[in-house]
Amino acid sequence: MIRFEGVHKWFKKLHVLNDVNLHVKQGEVVVLCGPSGSGKSTLIRTVNRLEPIDRGKLIVDGQNLSDPKTDINKLRAEIGFVFQQFNLYPHLSVLKNITLAPIKIRNITRGEAEEQATVLLERVGLAEKRDAYPAQLSGGQQQRVAIARALAMKPKIMLFDEPTSALDPEMIGEVLQVMQGLAHTGMTLIVVTHEMGFAREVADRVVFIDFGVILEEATPEEFFKNPKHERARLFLKEILSPMH
Amino acid sequence: MQTGLDFSVIWNNMAHFMIGRYPSGPIGGLMLTLYLALIGLVLSFVGGLVLGLLCVSHNRFIRYPTLAVVNVIRGIPLLMVIFWMYFLLPALIGRPTPENWTIIMALTVFTSAYMSQIVQAGIEGIPRGQTEAALSTGLRPFQAMVHVILPQALRNMIPSFVNQFVSMIKDTSLAFIVGVSELTHVATQVNNRTMVYPTEIFIFIAAVYFIICFAFTTLSRWLEQRLAWRRAI
Ligand SMILES: Nc1ncnc2c1ncn2[C@@H]1O[C@H](COP(=O)(O)OP(=O)(O)OP(=O)(O)O)[C@@H](O)[C@H]1O
Ligand SMILES: [Mg+2]
Repeated sequence: MIRFEGVHKWFKKLHVLNDVNLHVKQGEVVVLCGPSGSGKSTLIRTVNRLEPIDRGKLIVDGQNLSDPKTDINKLRAEIGFVFQQFNLYPHLSVLKNITLAPIKIRNITRGEAEEQATVLLERVGLAEKRDAYPAQLSGGQQQRVAIARALAMKPKIMLFDEPTSALDPEMIGEVLQVMQGLAHTGMTLIVVTHEMGFAREVADRVVFIDFGVILEEATPEEFFKNPKHERARLFLKEILSPMH
Repeated sequence: MQTGLDFSVIWNNMAHFMIGRYPSGPIGGLMLTLYLALIGLVLSFVGGLVLGLLCVSHNRFIRYPTLAVVNVIRGIPLLMVIFWMYFLLPALIGRPTPENWTIIMALTVFTSAYMSQIVQAGIEGIPRGQTEAALSTGLRPFQAMVHVILPQALRNMIPSFVNQFVSMIKDTSLAFIVGVSELTHVATQVNNRTMVYPTEIFIFIAAVYFIICFAFTTLSRWLEQRLAWRRAI
């Protein structure tokens, strides 16, 4: 579904992605973790070309992202993206946040789009908030709306960039539950997160990245029990017991 | 020798100040001032929006020439623009232009340049994440601009637009140099006819400009507060 082959990226002189090779199969759930500034966001953002790559090859859903013939807007419609900061449209109601893209791109009527949106809102447990504005929602509710917005395009792939990092602790669970539900539907997911509980329970594979290099790829059991790389071991120690 | 001020000249010529020689002649005075400003506002809103969008284009062959034009216009006095239009416009379209349109085009070109900067700043003031969110759902960049960025940006720009409108009302007074009978021009006519009341007449004219502009500035401040409140919910 997603295949990185020798992908490099630079921000000016900073080598943010260094020879990344990664293959994510259809229906697979991959958790991406690593220290701050290691290139996780950059990596996940290359998948829908919010960040273009400089070298190597990136194939998503059978399409080469560096090929000028690839219709990136069409491809992006097949890839949902959930941001750390939610990025809901503040001037639109919850319902309109969700229906905007389907109406404009999928050529369905407003009625159909609203019906779908209502179903999605029920799925994320926010049916009664359809007419609210983003500013009237809690962080956890906003993030669930953002997930519904991404799902409204019926994507094949969902990308999550630290979806719970901006949330108060008591709201993290509600968002993780929605994501776990998605994983069980067989959708392809890449999740950047430090929620190791989620990784352990939901992920098929954990990928550890540092300084733009993939240092370790393992099943959650392997990764948590017996991390091979020294830096992964340090990272786990930091994450699991931040106070030492 | 006259002592004190005699405002009867104002009352006696009130109709002339307000509507010019209408209905026996063309409309003039304050009504023409407002007409020029209103048409100018609509046109320069469109002009400013188009120029502003070109200024934020990712294509530098579009962005840099537009920015250059905008900065040139901002760097010259309005009076020059009016003279340009006065001589250039007839040459360009091959026939004489009505003076009203000379001044409307001059105001439009001049104010569009300023509006475009407001539009540009407004667009750039919307967080990058909004565009990214829109693009990530598959919206094309233009759709993201129209449905996500501009509605938010325009809302933030309303107070600046009102300020531009107020400036434009004052700027219409320069129309008198090409013989457009707006408020200032009417005032000079009345003054030339009556000879002895320049103080009264120009105090009155200044008061009219002030009241109109003050009303719009107040409106703008009210709008600003209302919007700030809306954003806070
Ligand atoms: N647009 C940009 N321009 C220049 N440098 C950037 C840009 N975006 C990210 N960087 C730099 O690239 C490196 C990797 O950034 P990235 O956001 O991918 O890290 P991350 O692993 O997501 O970190 P975090 O856990 O803090 O989110 C960092 O050093 C960052 O400062
Ligand atoms: Mg990040």
